[in-house]
Amino acid sequence: MKAVALIALMCPAVWAQVPFARIAATDKEPGNWLTYSGNLQGHRYSPLTEINTRNVAGMKVKWAYQYPDPRTEVSPIVVDGIVYITGPNSAASLDGRTGRTLWSWNRALPSDYRSIGFGHTNRGPAVLDDKLFVATLDGFLVALDLKSGAERWSAKVLDYQLGYSMTMAPLAIDGKVVVGVSGGEAGIRGFLDAYDANSGKRAWRFWTIPGPGELGHETWEGDSWKTGGAPTWVTGTYDPELKLVYWGVGNPGPDWNGDTRQGDNLYTCSLVAIDADSGKLRWYFQFTPHDTHDWDATHVPVLFDSDVRGVKRKLVAVANRNAFYYVLDRVNGAFLAGRPYAKQTWASGLDAKGRPIPVGQAEPSKEGTLVWPNMNGATVWFSPSFSPATGYFYVAVREIGARYFKRETPYRPGTEFMGGGENELSMDDAWGAIRALQGETGEMRWEFKLHSPPWAGVMSTAGGLVFSGSDEGNFYALDARTGKALWDFQTGGPIAANPVSFTVDGHQSIAVAADRVLYVFGL
Amino acid sequence: MRVPFSTSLSGLLLFVAAGVNAAPGADPATGKLIFEEHCALCHGLDGGGGRGPDLRRPKLRHAADDEALKSLIENGIPPEMPDGETFSKEDIANIAAFVRTLGNVPREKLPGDPARGEVLYRRGGCPACHIRAGEGVGLGPDLTEIGARRGSRRLLETLQNPNETIPDGFLLVQALTMAGQTVRGIRLNEDSFTIQLKDMQSRIYSLRKSELRELRKLRNETPMPSYGGRLSPAEMDDLVGFLAAQRGQR
Repeated sequence: MKAVALIALMCPAVWAQVPFARIAATDKEPGNWLTYSGNLQGHRYSPLTEINTRNVAGMKVKWAYQYPDPRTEVSPIVVDGIVYITGPNSAASLDGRTGRTLWSWNRALPSDYRSIGFGHTNRGPAVLDDKLFVATLDGFLVALDLKSGAERWSAKVLDYQLGYSMTMAPLAIDGKVVVGVSGGEAGIRGFLDAYDANSGKRAWRFWTIPGPGELGHETWEGDSWKTGGAPTWVTGTYDPELKLVYWGVGNPGPDWNGDTRQGDNLYTCSLVAIDADSGKLRWYFQFTPHDTHDWDATHVPVLFDSDVRGVKRKLVAVANRNAFYYVLDRVNGAFLAGRPYAKQTWASGLDAKGRPIPVGQAEPSKEGTLVWPNMNGATVWFSPSFSPATGYFYVAVREIGARYFKRETPYRPGTEFMGGGENELSMDDAWGAIRALQGETGEMRWEFKLHSPPWAGVMSTAGGLVFSGSDEGNFYALDARTGKALWDFQTGGPIAANPVSFTVDGHQSIAVAADRVLYVFGL
Repeated sequence: MRVPFSTSLSGLLLFVAAGVNAAPGADPATGKLIFEEHCALCHGLDGGGGRGPDLRRPKLRHAADDEALKSLIENGIPPEMPDGETFSKEDIANIAAFVRTLGNVPREKLPGDPARGEVLYRRGGCPACHIRAGEGVGLGPDLTEIGARRGSRRLLETLQNPNETIPDGFLLVQALTMAGQTVRGIRLNEDSFTIQLKDMQSRIYSLRKSELRELRKLRNETPMPSYGGRLSPAEMDDLVGFLAAQRGQR
């Protein structure tokens, strides 16, 4: 018996190859987790059914792996029984049966590197063909040999001394690896890059702030575009048929003082659809024009097809940091539906084109202005989930307000450029929830309340379950149709990561990181 | 003649001493501006915390003294807190001076007699619920350094109307179990599925929320009685004077 299992694990190690065709058809191999969100459409949905509503109550820890780093935000990749993880400037492959390390890799961080506006973290790797791709804090996209962890190539993406950094999982598409940058609190000019997966040569760069002469440049005052932010720090999604990359763009800078950057500040707080071959903009949709609350549109855009007013359409849906849920036509960016999914006090609604109608008193001020949501938004980088079985969009919601302040801020390269801040309301005035929204409309179907605003993503499964974590350390399973809690486990550390699911020896596992520990559960 | 505290508050402000300073010549007001620009994203504009910890406390976990605080601002706490290598020495001293003002109430000249206040503290039964300098019962907040954390005005307010100044970490909760048992106690911890309470006899309860019929958070209630009607204004001054003198000495 043991020998059989050994061979089962050995075989894949011999031929472990992940051509793009496998990533584009993840529904055909539900035992693997081949891209950040589980599929290119951003569903974070597992077709596995072994763990389901009837037996999840008996789920137990199978193994745990301890990181040297706190507050791990990893979303692992799993290929044929091997689990690939990352940390800040590090990566490792683990035996999916025991959690024992098979190889590890790290790149020393330069002594003058500074994270401005976030902690040292990394949200996961990408896989394509025989390589694992890792984005480093100091600005390199590194391709590692999947079997040994040896470096194949590394490409310099950015200059960290200007405040740029990378924390997201790269997105591997057909022949290319797409990466975005952090730095929205440091006065960067954001961009999105694609690199040739074999050579590491840059295929294209899309600047998320248009330069002189480009459409949209007129939405920036004077030279403010040069330091206007617009980072791209959360992994996007991809439609292989339309050959479009969908990516969220972050906040303008300085964050809370918009006085010197009058205008809509394109393409900050927008979703952009980029031609995968050329890197050219196909369309954009701006959620929060001239943002002054740090409401990056950095979320996983979720792609699905559904009937809208009797017509079958290709859709992209976003639960935005600004507390509104949006449904757009992903072919052309047309606004189809939108409504608040959390408490918000900054807009009276959306107009016919989806542009927010601001209320009077929501701007940051010298004395402080109380606004919902707070700067971390009604949801933020952690992933939502879409279940084709229920048609629901599941989102982890933060119900918290803050007093926003405006201050003066000079630009100095490589330092904070924020122009204010917030005092968030105390935790007993704040709470959280998992909400199930009807995918096409955003209407709420159920909610499960959480003690505090969460930092963990959501995964749904064909077993009828929704998994997520709380900031107090609970990892839990809800009934995907009703929101009823069916199982929970106290991990002992805050969960600020996205769950994934895979099989080892033919049996379903669920993995999530909680602070320094990666837990793997099974029946 | 002693002026009762309650009528001498405005005059008192004149006696407020200068704030504690992290370095001679350091300027907390300048430090505040730098703090707001570089530190407030994580620590909150008022130092009350957010992604980073609340700094409004007399003792900081990573900075035992002023030199340690300055070194911490300069070097950061990898990997979470960035270093301050772009700051000048003067900037760092100014930030440290500001941070020290957040958690340290300046010493005040007060009308009450701390020695008489200590007698009232014991006679009033305070040690039955509070530990001070290692003695007493730990139901309410430890008062060993209460004078560094709370100004006299706030101390008086708490003695008169304790239900209006309930400190963080001392929420009173009442739970009704499915079996009909009522548990009333201070919340020690809570997550989305469980809650841990301590009752007035220091018994610990670990409860699952799904097994409770009712869970009420008594936000404006406290086991602490009001001393407003029990002490004369002069006695109140003495008790405030005694509490204000508790600045961490043992």
